[in-house]
Amino acid sequence: MTSIWPQLEQLLPRVAKPARYIGCEQGAVNPEHHPDRVSWLLTYPDTYEIGLPNQGLQILYEILNERSDAVAERAYAPWTDLEALLRANGLPLFSVDTHRPAGDFDVLAFNLSAELVYTNLLNCIDLAGVPVRSADRRPEHPLVGAGGHCTFNPEPIADFVDFVALGDGEEVVGEITEVVAAWKAAGRRDRAEVLRALARIDGVYVPSLYEVTYLDDGRIDAVVPVDAAAPGRVEKRTIADLAEWPYPKRQLVPVTEVVHDRLNVEVFRGCTRGCRFCQAGMVTRPVRERPADQVRHMISTGLRRTGYDEVALTSLSTADFSGIDDVVRATIEDESMGCTNVSVSLPSLRVDAFTVGIAAQIQRARRTGLTFAPEAGTWRMRQVINKLITEEDLYAAVESAYSQGWRRVKLYFLTGLPTETDEDTLGIAALAKQVVAIGRRYHKNASVTISVGGFVPKPFTPFQWFGQNTVAELHRKVGLLRDLLHHERGVDLKWHDPKATLIEGLMSRGDRRLGPVIETVWRRGGTFQEWSEHFDVERWLQAMDDHGLSMDWYVHRHRAGDEVLPWDHLSAGLHKDFLWQDWRDALAELGLPDCRWTPCYDCGACTGYGVEHIVASATPPAGGSQGTGQLVFLR
Amino acid sequence: MSGRHLYRIRFSKLGKIRFTSHRDVARLWERALRRAAIPVAYTEGFAPHPKLSFGLALPTGHESLGEYLDIEITRSLADPDTGVLDVDALIARLDPGLPVGLDVQAAAEIAPGTASLQQAVVCCTWRIGLQGSGLRQLDERIEEVLASEHAVVTRERKGQQVTDDVRAAIVALERSGDAEVVADLATQPRGLRPSELIALLSAPASSDLEESRVMRLHQWLSIDGAREEPLPLPPGATSAPHAEVRAS
Repeated sequence: MTSIWPQLEQLLPRVAKPARYIGCEQGAVNPEHHPDRVSWLLTYPDTYEIGLPNQGLQILYEILNERSDAVAERAYAPWTDLEALLRANGLPLFSVDTHRPAGDFDVLAFNLSAELVYTNLLNCIDLAGVPVRSADRRPEHPLVGAGGHCTFNPEPIADFVDFVALGDGEEVVGEITEVVAAWKAAGRRDRAEVLRALARIDGVYVPSLYEVTYLDDGRIDAVVPVDAAAPGRVEKRTIADLAEWPYPKRQLVPVTEVVHDRLNVEVFRGCTRGCRFCQAGMVTRPVRERPADQVRHMISTGLRRTGYDEVALTSLSTADFSGIDDVVRATIEDESMGCTNVSVSLPSLRVDAFTVGIAAQIQRARRTGLTFAPEAGTWRMRQVINKLITEEDLYAAVESAYSQGWRRVKLYFLTGLPTETDEDTLGIAALAKQVVAIGRRYHKNASVTISVGGFVPKPFTPFQWFGQNTVAELHRKVGLLRDLLHHERGVDLKWHDPKATLIEGLMSRGDRRLGPVIETVWRRGGTFQEWSEHFDVERWLQAMDDHGLSMDWYVHRHRAGDEVLPWDHLSAGLHKDFLWQDWRDALAELGLPDCRWTPCYDCGACTGYGVEHIVASATPPAGGSQGTGQLVFLR
Repeated sequence: MSGRHLYRIRFSKLGKIRFTSHRDVARLWERALRRAAIPVAYTEGFAPHPKLSFGLALPTGHESLGEYLDIEITRSLADPDTGVLDVDALIARLDPGLPVGLDVQAAAEIAPGTASLQQAVVCCTWRIGLQGSGLRQLDERIEEVLASEHAVVTRERKGQQVTDDVRAAIVALERSGDAEVVADLATQPRGLRPSELIALLSAPASSDLEESRVMRLHQWLSIDGAREEPLPLPPGATSAPHAEVRAS
């Protein structure tokens, strides 16, 4: 069977949004499969609308298809209506490119960007006709791999994946391809043999080659390799220079609506702002800027090729890109786009007036809302999390926004942070009221949306030892804000479900003993847990109970400095003693400057891998307090 | 030549792309026109949008040999010397920006003030594939429907269940194969959809007929009592069976 399209097209009239299963994107390939080529199915275990724009997946799709020894196609989790029809008709998970059954590929590679998709991972493996546990797979089954931010602690899914690729994927996918190609050429006999070969690749972790032992109190005693091929510690991969990887060159343009439906150009990778809650900033170091000329080239060729009239300049903090204003001006003044007005979006705005000035340049037409992330309600709390924005910065930024025509400002906050008191929580309400008061000087109906998320401690951050707030505590804190704000005109409060935060926390720092819990929840129908209409915390609580595990122990317990953490045999380059020191500094309310523009404090991300920052400007950007005033807060 | 120019484009929607929605197709066209650097006119105001106007929405999942799009353009696309629109060149310019299955078949400048497709199209010809046990009585059912004075369907309008007599909307209906009918269904004042026609042809309350593949073959204008297509196919245009193979 090479394509299930003839059967699939019978089912599509009966499902919601059938266009998400047809492929047909501009930029999609129709690769020529061949026994000598390693076939990859790059799978995003959530809906097409969420997964299609994923840049990591698109980058690997192109890099693999450019190789003569590989082909790559894509798959996304079918929504529950199609899944039921597929199962009822005996049809498998399929690629959207050529509608080939997932089980026909050599490698099923999953992008894991959120913890709550783990049950969907199992569901996709199962729909592919592959045993969900790696121990049950035979040589004829595809190899199941995973990458993405969640895989910095892959232990909860260790039973289900054959290998994990840590860090940047651009180089390692080629090395994996070569190993799998050699295994195929040699007759694809012994699965253990290819896993050992994969474990020898830098950045590739093969969970089955490690054994975990536990202490009597339940903590981990040690995680040790049980095979000579497996290194004692797996280090993440880091590409040294983004300029060598101008991908995607042919961004996929979908035929139906998706999130982030625009041209996306990554302007830099990594972030050294040092926000202590932020795993992305910690695990993607160092900062590697793309040369401004290459950015401009990717924007102009990308817009011409795709027909999009919007480009997003992506990174973890785009206003920090050296010469950001020049790039933005060049883009909006580019006459080569003919008569259309190109709009530029900066998905991650820094909180300062300078940044708003850039935003004002680019959003000439639609000034509907502007989003900032102060993250915490008081200066003290922001020092703890190292998000060194003063109230003056925030007020200057929102004043600048309202005065230049925006009517709605959205502010993101976290609650449940280390050392947080009710005063800190109430500080969020105070900021909200002040912001809307500023707005009202300019617009009668100025408004502010306050979005509050429960904090989930993440591996490889200074907060990895912190016991997460309970659901009751998060509810109480949200309640405090609701009481203060619900009569407040112009203030709209939104919050993330603390029960979902609980399960995110469970997976974030969980260990291998959670594998059976994930499997149980999946077997009882718990898929699409990222979607509130499908999320059911009771399933998780019941499964934890059934397997004799304590939610409290996993989620709410503070870890001691000498505890072996489930991910200690993996490395994002950061020294554990750096993280510990940064944790102590956090508790002492001490900030840490951005090492792009100040001396190195040796976190390990550069020195360990022989790489360094690539930043065009030797001076910090104008305007940002963390960029200019930060030396005051040196420890 | 400056000033506003109105162009009508005829295109097909065949194969996999039939599963895109009317809105999806509108977005695909907006991008394809930008990619081809066609100087589309934009509306004024807070959120300018391109001046495109589509005809009657094709239900998601149905194919078509005759979809139309009117575009307002800020300058003439005709050759400045001859004043003639090179349709093949325009098609070649648009084609790379459109997905497989959406194919431009014809294009022409139309006079300003031409009635919109929504207003002008009075009737569509459909080829409706059918499946189910009701096929055995299909001939009798067709005769019955054509012989009756009334044909009542219940449908939802603004959240209310309403019944409409749609007999007048069934302009023509005949069996064209073992599991297929061809029907001319009026679009005004209240149109009849192929799915509603299938419900009329099914046994009461048992729905023993279901639609399989449905294709809009033509849309019709009424010009002085005669029917005409909004834009006829040029001689030698891609024949439908060939296009279908390419698109699926």
